[in-house]
Amino acid sequence: MEEVKLLGWWMSPFSRRVELALKLKGVGYEYIEQDLANKSQLLLEYNPVHKKVPVLVHNGKTMAESLVILEYIDETWPNNPILPRNPYEKAMARFWAQFIEEKCNGGLWKIMWCKDEEERGRLVEEASHCFRTLEGELKGNKFFGGDEIGMVDIAANFIGYWLGVVQEVSGMELVTRDKFPVLCKWMDEFVEHSVVKETLPPRDKLHAEFEARLGAPSWKY
Amino acid sequence: MSGEEKVVLHGMWASPYAKRVEIALKLKGIPYEYVEEDLLNGKSEALLKHNPVHQKVPVLVHNGKPVIESCIILEYIDETWKSSGHALFPQEDTYRRARVRFWADFIQRQLLEKFIVTITAVGEAREEAIKELRKNMELLEEGLRVNFFPEGIPQYHFDDQKNVRFLDITMCAFFGLHKAQSEFVRTTEIIDLQRTPLVFSWVESLKEVPVVKEVLPPHDEVVNLLRGFRQNAVGSSPQV
Repeated sequence: MEEVKLLGWWMSPFSRRVELALKLKGVGYEYIEQDLANKSQLLLEYNPVHKKVPVLVHNGKTMAESLVILEYIDETWPNNPILPRNPYEKAMARFWAQFIEEKCNGGLWKIMWCKDEEERGRLVEEASHCFRTLEGELKGNKFFGGDEIGMVDIAANFIGYWLGVVQEVSGMELVTRDKFPVLCKWMDEFVEHSVVKETLPPRDKLHAEFEARLGAPSWKY
Repeated sequence: MSGEEKVVLHGMWASPYAKRVEIALKLKGIPYEYVEEDLLNGKSEALLKHNPVHQKVPVLVHNGKPVIESCIILEYIDETWKSSGHALFPQEDTYRRARVRFWADFIQRQLLEKFIVTITAVGEAREEAIKELRKNMELLEEGLRVNFFPEGIPQYHFDDQKNVRFLDITMCAFFGLHKAQSEFVRTTEIIDLQRTPLVFSWVESLKEVPVVKEVLPPHDEVVNLLRGFRQNAVGSSPQV
């Protein structure tokens, strides 16, 4: 009998990625919400190295790091694949997932917490360049995965949904419809996807959290 | 393997990422052409064409199609040349694959990248990086023991090069030079025999594998390179 548990946090795009993959494949799981301010014994035991979510537990076997977990899910439940089967295309998908993680999300993260205006300007320009590159990868397709969402779309979930809320809260205008029409169209498709919809945290709750965390209005620009 | 396969590796003599790919290609007995890139003075047109996004090495070009990022290249190599040499990744056991990938990611982000900070940062940022590097090496020690070598590493284990696989390659391509690297971390050995005996014996035995020995750059050249980076970072004496 399959026993799948997911330790996650409602606000974390990383744990939502795993939820999305499990739902896409119709894998039943028990979800255990974590309080990251007050980490549970379970979390510390299951992820002693990083002490973070998500953690997937499959028949007692624990694993961490969302992109690693996504590959595991795809290999273990091969229906509705999220990665191409062709080794070259798979390598490309892995590259873009990593690019999104390191350059796009990594860049956004630095911007969000940067207090120095000049530095932030520089970071925004750098990030714009990365988003331009990413946008180019859509190549006229509905999703990065083609007609259906794949690993790259899942990896880009922060961009697909969370970024909109962050921009609203902070006044940052990095990814706008006039600057990135193709990427914004992808964002529209992403959040409207029937399975993706189920994994998105409530917008008003997310907005309130970001407002609290990103701090003073003086940060707006 | 058909006679029409063409494999080109764009690398650089000191890049641990390129070294990972070289080790993998040699272990699997895959013939390839090597192109040394001069990253400072003039990247080749081929490199810029094949890796326009990052313009970095390594790039593996297989029948004209480029693959980038060392760990992704290793997965690609293993999936494409299934009957060449031995498997670099666990085959059937998807959980073991997940653990291997987890620890490769750990080696990359929590060890390799932290070491780079110890070279390029100064003052408090550097001290913090040194502490984290030490702590993370101890986490690797534990991880290695729990997940891969619960009984320690058998003597002569890596004499059979079939036992050199993805995680081993990921680690030794960089930390095979830990002695050279340690010269720049002042008060501590990066891989300390007392504190992390398993990691120490792991890396030391991997260094002796003929293919690894052949591929890793000489100690002195690495020391000079690191000294150069350190001098750039501090602007003066390397004794910081």
